[in-house]
Amino acid sequence: MTADAREPEEREQAEKPAESKRPGKPAEAGEPSEKATEPGKTAKPEKATETAATEESEAGAKAVSRAAEGGGCPAHPGRAGSPKDAEHPGRAEHLGRRAHPGRRALLGWGGAGLALGAASAGGTAAALRYGSDAQTVAADSSSAVPFYGEHQAGIATAVQDRLHFAAFDVLTDDRAALEDLLQRWSHAAARMTAGDTVGTGAVGGPGEAPPDDTGEALGLPPSRLTLTFGIGPSLFEDDKGKDRFGLKKRRPDALPDLPHFPGDALDDKRSGGDLCVQACADDPQVAVHAIRNLARIGFGKVSVRWSQLGFGKTSSTTPQAQTPRNLFGFKDGTRNISGDDAAALKRHVWAGENDGPEWMAGGSYLVARRIRMNIEIWDRTPLAEQEMIIGRSKGEGAPAGRRRERDEVRLSAMAPVAHVRLAHPHSNNGIRILRRGYNFTDGTDGLGRLDAGLFFLAYQRDVREGFIPLQRRLAREDTELNEYIQHVGSAVFAIPPGVRDSGDWWARQLFS
Amino acid sequence: MSASVRSRTLIAGAAVPLLAAAALTGCAEKQKPGGDGGVQVAAGDSSCKVSDTEFPAGHVRLHVENKGTKVTEVYVYAPGDRIVTERENIGPGTKAEITTEVEAGKYEIACKPGMKGDGIRQKVTATGKGAAEKRDPKLDAAVAEYRTYVQKQADETVPAAQKFADAVEDGDVEKAKKEYAVSRVGWERTEPVAESFGDIDPKVDVREDGLEEGQKWTGWHKLEKSLWEKKKISAEDKKLAGRLMKDLKDWRDRVGKAEITPTSMANGAKELLDEVATGKVTGEEERYSHTDLVDFEANVEGAKKAYELLKPVTAKKDAQLAKDLDEQFAAIEKKLDEHREGDGFVAYDTVGKGERKKLSNAVNALAEPLSRLAASVAS
Repeated sequence: MTADAREPEEREQAEKPAESKRPGKPAEAGEPSEKATEPGKTAKPEKATETAATEESEAGAKAVSRAAEGGGCPAHPGRAGSPKDAEHPGRAEHLGRRAHPGRRALLGWGGAGLALGAASAGGTAAALRYGSDAQTVAADSSSAVPFYGEHQAGIATAVQDRLHFAAFDVLTDDRAALEDLLQRWSHAAARMTAGDTVGTGAVGGPGEAPPDDTGEALGLPPSRLTLTFGIGPSLFEDDKGKDRFGLKKRRPDALPDLPHFPGDALDDKRSGGDLCVQACADDPQVAVHAIRNLARIGFGKVSVRWSQLGFGKTSSTTPQAQTPRNLFGFKDGTRNISGDDAAALKRHVWAGENDGPEWMAGGSYLVARRIRMNIEIWDRTPLAEQEMIIGRSKGEGAPAGRRRERDEVRLSAMAPVAHVRLAHPHSNNGIRILRRGYNFTDGTDGLGRLDAGLFFLAYQRDVREGFIPLQRRLAREDTELNEYIQHVGSAVFAIPPGVRDSGDWWARQLFS
Repeated sequence: MSASVRSRTLIAGAAVPLLAAAALTGCAEKQKPGGDGGVQVAAGDSSCKVSDTEFPAGHVRLHVENKGTKVTEVYVYAPGDRIVTERENIGPGTKAEITTEVEAGKYEIACKPGMKGDGIRQKVTATGKGAAEKRDPKLDAAVAEYRTYVQKQADETVPAAQKFADAVEDGDVEKAKKEYAVSRVGWERTEPVAESFGDIDPKVDVREDGLEEGQKWTGWHKLEKSLWEKKKISAEDKKLAGRLMKDLKDWRDRVGKAEITPTSMANGAKELLDEVATGKVTGEEERYSHTDLVDFEANVEGAKKAYELLKPVTAKKDAQLAKDLDEQFAAIEKKLDEHREGDGFVAYDTVGKGERKKLSNAVNALAEPLSRLAASVAS
């Protein structure tokens, strides 16, 4: 709910049209390496969208998408994969260490295009490069986002439209079993984000055994699926202070237990978790498929503690795209940290080498909050009051006293209790967090009220310097907005750095 | 829980073939097995002679003559001791004709003087199209032993259920409550096999919500509701107790003919865990008596029996799977132990949500590898 978190001076540059800083060099085709095929796999048809996309933005992505529909571009490459799936011998996700012959591994993780964690359309779809900037972007909502990289995808990469977030309890006490699971998970995640099935696939296996893959994503494209893995404080020590896996001393200081904030009405069954996986995709079926398969692979070792479906991203990491709206009807995330703003990401989002434990360098910290909105009450609130509470106009999204959405925010023009004003970096010693929240609706609550709100996801370099001070202030002072919202679920996770290649896996450094 | 559609198709679906009924067709004459249109079986008090130990597959006629002094019966067994056909009550000095249909393969003909025991057996072979399927003899042994187990469960259920039925007929609510859960154990251990007779399950184990329109509610759960919710036994209930016994005896008498294969055993084991996951762990199965944990344990025991019998083959083909299953069976037993009270278990309505989730986790942890058991024994 921190709607505005960009410093004006940083914003200045970002507001320039994309063209001005990116000379219109012809886009290069995807790297040849991306076309390399896995053994036993037929090459997927390449898309011809490379030249169609000319700006680095979700709007650009949509334009391409439209262009593709409009004509000329071949159909999405699709998961069509059953034949190729059948050719994968053995239950691949059992073999965590087995070299994954991924076409994308050849991209490397240190490449300029990925180093920023920017959305990258790998494999079959358009990977666009802009000269020395070497920005790669997701040009198509069906494409694949590289799994391997310096940072995990799903943080600074362009926000997809759908979410399935799951928090897990670890059931086993056996550290080796946990490590084995993380290898199997990473392997399955690499396959699923590439649009492949898990293990030996959903069909073609022995008739007497259930298939390795649950199958509901067969025929669907990768849909920019990202899987982002995290570790909660309770994995390092349980609520009695027990060092569960000998990891207690490796717990980052930047991962504290969250304090109680005034107004919190947290449901234990929607809070916490030893591990988490954030699945984002442009197709909800693809996101749900991913969580379902990971949960299944984990049976006996982990159990889903809670999960949340989300839709209609409420935060953009691509500022040139249209800012999405939250369920209050307001644009949310106008001034979010942009996925291509390397300096801001480095300063506010990525854990540095000197920030804490070495195993977290290149990682980040995630706070997840389930924020219930009193929708019906809000809807009975006069427009002027709604706009006063937020600090922006409802239609355009312009800051109070301004005309356009991206006009300079003038804090003094806003009511002292306006949310944007209270959450603004200038009001908070420059604190910025990267938001990736989603709207949610879990039906109705039995009283006929929408059980709906914002599933808030915020990434930061240090929770102690990010979410905690910000929320302390908002919980205390954001009194107007707090009339309409309630924090009902809460969790915090350390998000390890990216999986480097097929020999690596989620949180390997933590266990080594 | 009442039969799920899936379990019926997996087990019952395979059950139909070669059994009986061939006598009605009159086709037997066409194939004339044996020199004289049939296989002669001479049954004595300590002998069982057959005229042909090899005959063409298809319709087979057995001419049985009881030359002994005891009433006898004659069985034809397929590998795994599956009864292909049987004829009881063949009196001394009398003849009987048994007609059946068999596929090519190895069989045993057994005479049971006094109608007891495993009988005096003769190995025979049906030849012809489709050579006998070669199956690991260890698997045949597993099937045979499991068949014995299934029969034993049914045999033991009848007297246990009789105690329950008697208490109901006596109008003794407290006694009936005590005997209720115990009377169900044998059934719950072997439910997938019991369910392969689609007509019995809906009569004895259906819950109120499982009734079809117009279906009369009979069986255990109707009585459960009377005992725990209404706390009294009606005249109708007393009749239902008798009806339950009749249906259970029907089950006992027919269960030996169930088609059982290594894969149906394995899938049956998994289905037992599915039963736990959908009915017991939620507390739906025994919603009035709250004896769900008794059923839960019986389901797990039945699944474990099937697994233990298949394990020699599984351990060879997929050692990791066997190791996982050993661990998970041990883990779920340990979890159940935490809820023991006296001879049985605590009432399930006293088990909190957190504990139910732990039980559910244990079920998932076991059921997932168990779903791979069938593939490890599929030939």
